[in-house]
Amino acid sequence: MNITIKYFGVIAEQAGISIESMRLEKEQADLAEIKAVCFKKHNISDTDSIQTAINRELKENGFLQSGDELAFLPPFAGG
Amino acid sequence: MKEQQRYSRQILLPEIGSIGQSKLAQAKLLIVGMGGLGCPAALYLAAAGIGHLGLLDHDQVDESNLNRQILYRESDIGQPKVLAAKRFLSQQNSRINIRCHNEQLTIENAATLFRDYDIIIDGTDNFPSKYLINDACLLTNKPWVYASIYKFQGQVSTFNYENGPTYRCLFPQPPKQQLNCEATGVVGALAGNLGMLQTMEALKIILGMGQVLSGTLKLIDMLTMQDQLVNFNRKQEGINSILNEGLKRVELTCEVREPDKVYLDIREKHEIPQLSGEKIIKIPLGQIPNRIEEIPRDIPVYVVCQSGIRSQKAINLLESNFGYINLINVSNGVESIIPRQT
Repeated sequence: MNITIKYFGVIAEQAGISIESMRLEKEQADLAEIKAVCFKKHNISDTDSIQTAINRELKENGFLQSGDELAFLPPFAGG
Repeated sequence: MKEQQRYSRQILLPEIGSIGQSKLAQAKLLIVGMGGLGCPAALYLAAAGIGHLGLLDHDQVDESNLNRQILYRESDIGQPKVLAAKRFLSQQNSRINIRCHNEQLTIENAATLFRDYDIIIDGTDNFPSKYLINDACLLTNKPWVYASIYKFQGQVSTFNYENGPTYRCLFPQPPKQQLNCEATGVVGALAGNLGMLQTMEALKIILGMGQVLSGTLKLIDMLTMQDQLVNFNRKQEGINSILNEGLKRVELTCEVREPDKVYLDIREKHEIPQLSGEKIIKIPLGQIPNRIEEIPRDIPVYVVCQSGIRSQKAINLLESNFGYINLINVSNGVESIIPRQT
């Protein structure tokens, strides 16, 4: 399966990319598992406040299928 | 007649018309924070004929504000922002009422202030204020239009609109540290764009037209010109705890990078980021002479403030008046001792 991952705000800087695709040798993947992989791979810190959206719907947990889009959304407060 | 002429180009729109224009004239909006978001929002709200505009900010105009806070001129430097903003807006539109609140939003005044208005516009630049606006809007049953910026990106949404989701439903907790425009940099046109979007949201709420960004976060990236919408739901649990327990200040804490070092933090209580750690001694500069016994003499003590200037003052005081010889200045300020996010 292939999924697309988007990074926003400061985590796009930590990751050094704003979008990437990930290929996995399975039919579906647990959100928590993908999250852990991405945070570790890109050395993303302060992860508790980061929200995740699957196909543009905010989700705390769930499963990803091939073709899904996962977004990591950090809060920011500049004004 | 004159009134009709002034607003004729928007009255022409069937979604507005004369009835809509009188709704705008009756509307009461409070802008919290007259910075990069609040200034452009206020300008367009005034121009559209919002009848009652409240401006809240406790700050004075600084030269470094002028690249984005477009209501202020060079001659306003050092003046209270709300007064300078009112001067500008009154010249733009002399027919509207503008009320200045030259104060900080606090857990004590927030609900009382909000009760006098229909909609709250968020022009703040820090998490504690955004959570406070959210919670006070919940308690007073007001919708609020949120925006935040980070470098070239922005977020905008409308919370607590007709029992819709709130800021806590989107971001239940703040990050451990926050980076503001002073720390990360900001281009005026991005803040302006977000302020405009907030204005548009407010107009839609007042006029009952279009789709309000309730339960939807709009994300914008000005470098790629891409945007996207993310939907989210109301989480009653978090809302109930605010309704039951009332307002509490959200504190940001941040652990120091080297937790074994002993730090003397001489900043005032309200300054952020708040440092957390066992070896941090917090004594505001003014209290140092009365709390000398809390500062060790036998181990290296790193003295820290926001920028490195006040901490040097503290060291001078401690060395010349109290004979300290073990103090080291954190010359680049608090940001240099916490984990970097950029």
